Amino acid sequence: MTTLTDPPKESFRLSMLIYDSRYRSMTIQVVAMIFFMLVAAWLLNNAIINLNTLGKPISFKFLSNPAGYDINQRLLDYSSRDINLRAALIGLLNTLVVAVLGCITATIIGVIVGVLRLSSNWLVARIMTVYVEMFRNVPVLLWIILAWAILSESLPKIKSFRGENATSSMSLFDSVAITNRGIYIPEPLFSRSLGNIHLLGDSGLRFDISIDLIAIVVVLALSIFGMRKVTARANAVQEATGDRPTTWYIQLGILFVPMIALLVALGFHLGLPELKGFNFKGGTHLRNSLIALWLALSLYTAAFIAEIVRGGIMAISKGQSEAAAALGLRPNRTMSLVILPQALRVIIPPMISNYLNLTKNSSLAIAVGYFDLTGTLGGVTLNQTGRELECVLLLMLVYLVISLLISAVMNWYNKRVELVER
Amino acid sequence: MSDLSFVRTEMLPEQAPPASEIGVVGWLRHNLFSGWINSILTVISLLAIYGVLSVLIPYVFQSVWNAESLNECREIMLANWGSTHGHACWAVINERWLQLLFGFYPPELYWRPILALVLLVAALAPILFADRVSSKLLIVTAIYPFIMPWLMWGGSVWGPVSIALGFVVGFMVLKYATNAMGELIALIAAVVSALIWWVLLAGVFAGALDAILPFALESVQSRQFGGFMLAILLGVVAIGCSLPIGIVLALGRQSHLPIVKWLCVCFIEFIRGVPLITLLFVASLLLNIFLPPGSNFDIILRVMIMVTLFASAYMAEVIRGGLAALPRGQYEGADSLGLDYWQSQRLIIMPQALKISIPGIVSTFIGVFKDTTLVSIIGLFDVIGLTHAIRADTAWNGIYWELFAFIALLFFVVCFSMSRYSMYLERRLKTGH
Repeated sequence: MTTLTDPPKESFRLSMLIYDSRYRSMTIQVVAMIFFMLVAAWLLNNAIINLNTLGKPISFKFLSNPAGYDINQRLLDYSSRDINLRAALIGLLNTLVVAVLGCITATIIGVIVGVLRLSSNWLVARIMTVYVEMFRNVPVLLWIILAWAILSESLPKIKSFRGENATSSMSLFDSVAITNRGIYIPEPLFSRSLGNIHLLGDSGLRFDISIDLIAIVVVLALSIFGMRKVTARANAVQEATGDRPTTWYIQLGILFVPMIALLVALGFHLGLPELKGFNFKGGTHLRNSLIALWLALSLYTAAFIAEIVRGGIMAISKGQSEAAAALGLRPNRTMSLVILPQALRVIIPPMISNYLNLTKNSSLAIAVGYFDLTGTLGGVTLNQTGRELECVLLLMLVYLVISLLISAVMNWYNKRVELVER
Repeated sequence: MSDLSFVRTEMLPEQAPPASEIGVVGWLRHNLFSGWINSILTVISLLAIYGVLSVLIPYVFQSVWNAESLNECREIMLANWGSTHGHACWAVINERWLQLLFGFYPPELYWRPILALVLLVAALAPILFADRVSSKLLIVTAIYPFIMPWLMWGGSVWGPVSIALGFVVGFMVLKYATNAMGELIALIAAVVSALIWWVLLAGVFAGALDAILPFALESVQSRQFGGFMLAILLGVVAIGCSLPIGIVLALGRQSHLPIVKWLCVCFIEFIRGVPLITLLFVASLLLNIFLPPGSNFDIILRVMIMVTLFASAYMAEVIRGGLAALPRGQYEGADSLGLDYWQSQRLIIMPQALKISIPGIVSTFIGVFKDTTLVSIIGLFDVIGLTHAIRADTAWNGIYWELFAFIALLFFVVCFSMSRYSMYLERRLKTGH
């Protein structure tokens, strides 16, 4: 009889790579990695061969060539002699403008509609349901084109503003002209302007920042800081004595007096649009393409946001509003103090993805001829230079960065309002 | 002794509630005029409804159905109602509705997409209404992926048949090799043999059978596809393929294997971070650069691939939400029963996770279906692209609203039914109390 003194010696066998769970995960991962790298290498190899055959190896030199086309709606100065990189920058800013404007209006409309959908008023709730279903179930591209068609087909022609017997007139004390070529609104002008800061010299990315704007922002920030100080002092007094000093006139004074003083010092006035010859001169021209895109994206996204808001409010248990009522809070106080702060936690994550969707949907600007990033870099520049690979890669990269930035910012905000659990 | 009590001894009959609390008046008071704010809202709403209807009703009903051109339409309007504004010219729909539905598909072959649609209903019925429709129809579901392309594009019947045979070959190998060699080897062998069949033998087989027994439909080019048919085609393919791919991606993202997880995360976040239109640019401009020199395959197929990838990434996130919402105990329960990974996924985790994510899955479907309209931007004649084509015709130059209303109606009907179906499915699968 023999006794077993040592455990049987484990020798590594090849089959253990598949059948032993200690090694199997390694095997699967290595195989997946090899497979992925093979596919990637195959695609890259094809791309290199194809590009060489076409005679255009990857190069981003086209970005510093003159763009040669004009962009009608822009925030920075630009002319057709500028380089492609600057055209892309103008496009990027246009994308951001319409995304920011759209997010703001979509949120406002969405919250109002979402709350009204829960209204006890039968008729109002039904109308809001019709609005939500109508916008959610029809493609956003159709809404964008429809909005553009409505603006350019049904608004008065500039011709009708002219002459002795004009059929159209400007609204809001002759300050706004609504025409089928866009809306002309007053622009802020400063007669004693402090000038601009020129950043990045003469390069394609040159960027002018108005010192007036910086001054306004700084004064506003200081005013808000002052208002907070006053509120904090009022709170301290209330804690100590039980009486809250009246502060609203101090607050209003802090907010408005420095701002008005600054605006007077800068010589602030409005530049009104005026009909000169065949067109309006002066003022800011918001083109139909921008307004259509903004309107359609806001209304479309608002329908989704309304559903999110409604879901968030309904997710709060009825006991919460009943408890608030038992404490004697009025319905609107219940909403602002009890329901909304809790509902926000449910609402914010899906809201983030809707903001992202709006930003990505703004790339449909190309359908109405608004020069956003897709219209410049992915549209005219791509067609003129024939650099498909480089343009589309850059385009994707920029959108990816924007998306990641938005989700990072929103996640940070989400962390702040999140319920802190033990 | 007489009864001196002043207490009523019998119950009074119940009084009717005040007239203002019941019936129409009561309903109106409760639902429309319960306070002054509500009353103001009601009045504003009524005014708004009146404003919309007073424009819409004459527009829709006092309209022209038969005319050759927009000018003729306007003449009829002027003759009948004295103005060209505020009346619809449905004549354009009357004349072009077939084109809006089918694009430039040859009219004598319209029966093929229609048959494909009917078969689609038959193929979907046993899945969508599993409790009412016989499961025998699942055979249609199984063969539909091979019949549909054949019906739509035409060509020899032996092409789809030989591709279908590849699956049969793989299945046979799997069935007989499992006993001989064990599951894993058998699975690998099955995949390899199916690939060998498709790459090396399928073409020869189809060619040979075609020579012996030619049976083909007239083939239709991809550029003739269009209209609402194209939206349905792209939508069905993307929806059908994105669900399985999305499940795999979601599982990959939840996986404990870091490399697999990392690959899935990168893919999902990349696709979700870029707009669909850039992916369509890739389909129309770049995909050929990444393929072997000289290969040039169909634009609709390229678009289908990109839309499917796009939908898969969104689907993966929805399903991941479902997986995350499942209580930890379900995973542990499956483990304690001794089920392996795939068994526990198939029997315990996925049925519950998918049920939780039904609303998300359906809204992704609706989103994908609506997003198929984006193909008009890369030059395909889908239903929106066709409106430009119709307006380019001198007869209908300047017509907008009627076309948009028709398209909106088409999409609304499909998308709204999808969302109602998801509500029905949620109710049917509800097992809580």
